[in-house]
Amino acid sequence: MAKAADELTWQDLEVGCAVSEPGNARSYRTGDWKTFRPVLDKEKCIQCGICHLYCPERAYPEPNEDGHFIADLYFCKGCGICAYECPTQAISMVEEEE
Amino acid sequence: MEERKGMEVSIAVAEAVKLSDVDVVCAYPITPQTHIVEHLSEFVADGDLDAEFIPVESEHSAMAVSVGSSAVGARTFTCTASQGLALMSEIVYLTASLRLPIVMTLMNRSLSGPLSIWNDHSDVMSVRDCGWIQLFCENGQEMFDFNIMAYRIGEDKDVQLPVMVNGDGFILSHMIEPIKIMDAETVKKYLPTYVPQQRLHPDKPITMGCFAMPNLFSESKKSQEAALINSLPTIKKAFDEWGKLTGRQYKTVESYKSDGAKTLFVTMGSFGETASVAVDELQAAGESVGVLKLRLWRPFPFDDFRKAVEGVEKLIVVDRAVSFGAGGPVASQLRSALYDEPNKPQMTNMIAGLGGRDVGPHDFVSMYNMSQDMFKKGAKEENFHFYGVRE
Repeated sequence: MAKAADELTWQDLEVGCAVSEPGNARSYRTGDWKTFRPVLDKEKCIQCGICHLYCPERAYPEPNEDGHFIADLYFCKGCGICAYECPTQAISMVEEEE
Repeated sequence: MEERKGMEVSIAVAEAVKLSDVDVVCAYPITPQTHIVEHLSEFVADGDLDAEFIPVESEHSAMAVSVGSSAVGARTFTCTASQGLALMSEIVYLTASLRLPIVMTLMNRSLSGPLSIWNDHSDVMSVRDCGWIQLFCENGQEMFDFNIMAYRIGEDKDVQLPVMVNGDGFILSHMIEPIKIMDAETVKKYLPTYVPQQRLHPDKPITMGCFAMPNLFSESKKSQEAALINSLPTIKKAFDEWGKLTGRQYKTVESYKSDGAKTLFVTMGSFGETASVAVDELQAAGESVGVLKLRLWRPFPFDDFRKAVEGVEKLIVVDRAVSFGAGGPVASQLRSALYDEPNKPQMTNMIAGLGGRDVGPHDFVSMYNMSQDMFKKGAKEENFHFYGVRE
C-alpha cells in the first residue's frame, strides 16, 4: 500500500475493498494488543523451537545467530502459548507497564 | 426478433436467465419462486443452458455459493422470496459491499408471522438498505426484460453491483401472460460476455472480503454509497438501449395518464396496473387523477420523482409493507424526497395488499375517495391507513 491506512481516501480504495497486494498483513501491527510480553531466559533455553512452532501468529521468526528464538514484539499479541508450551519454562510473561 | 408467447411469468424469468447465458445458477426453491428454479434446473439438465446448477441445502448457502462463483468471474443467478431472503440476508449485505454483480429475482412474499406464502413487500423492505440496485416490475413482460437488463446494469464497469429484480409473488409469478421473448442473438448483442474488473484468480491473487478497522470502514461505506448513487446513469442507459431494441422504453419513474392530474397514486410493483385500471374509471367519471409507478427503488431516483410530481396537489401512496411504528416505507421515502420542495403535495398513505389480500381496481377507487376526504381534513404524516382492515 502506497499510503498508510489513515491517509487513504474513499476514492483510493479498490472496488469492494479488495486487497491486491499479497501479504500486506505484514504491515499490520498486532503487537499493540498485548498486556504481557514473553521474556526469554537464555540460560534455561534449549533452543528446541517449540515456541516457534506453537506461536499462532508466527511472531517467532527463524532463530538468531546464537540459535535462540526471540519473539518479534511488533506482531506478538502476548497470548502466552509459548510460555505455556516451553518444556524448560524458559519463557516468562512480563506485564507491559509503559 | 421477438416471439410473442403465452407463458407463465416464472418460465419467462427462467427464459430470460437462459438468454442471459449465465454460468452458475444456485438457488433454493421456495414458494412462490419455485417454478423459476425448476425450469432453470431443467434447462441445465437438458443441455439447453451451459451452466453449473448447484443444489444447496439452504438460501444462506445459495447466496454464499453465488458470492463465490461471482467472485471468480462467473455470471451468476439466484432467486428467492420471504423467509429465504431473511435467511440469506447476512450474505445479501456482503454481496453489495464486495461489489459482485449477481442478479437475484425476488418473488415478493410476506415475512412471517403469521406464516403466509402470499404476496407483499415485507421481504424486500427487510433488506432495503443492503446496497443492491432494486428494481420493481409491474407485469410479466417487465420480469423478462428486467432480468436481462439487470446483468447489463450490474456488470457495467462503472457499476459493479448486485441487482435485485422484484416481482409480486403469485400475482406475477404464477400468472400466464403473453410475453415477447427475444432471440438469443439480439440478447447477446445487448448483453456482451461478462468481463470482470477483478476476480479471484491464481494469476493475480487478491483478497476479497477482508476486515476493515475503524480508520477505513467509513471510507469503504462511502465508496459503496457512491457506487450505488453513480449507477443511475448506467441504469437509464440500459433502459434506453433496451427501448431502442424492443420499443419498450422504461423509466425510473413511470407515469400513466398523469399529465395535468391533480391527484396521483404512487405504487410499486403490480399495483401499478391495477391502479391504472382504476384511473381509467375515475377519469371517465371526471376525476383529475393519474398514476406514478416507481420502477427503481434503490438508488432512489430523487430528481425523476420530484420532476414527476411537479404541480401535483395530492399524492396517494399505496404501500405493500409496513415499517412498524412509522407507516409505509415508500411513503416515508417520498416524504423525505419532498421535504425541501417549496410546493409539496399533500399525501395520504394507504397500506394495502398485505399477505396476499386481493386489491382490485374498485379498491383503488375507494382509496381515492377516502383520500379526498382525508385531504379535506388535512392529512398528517402519521395518518397512514391500513386499507380494508375490518374494525
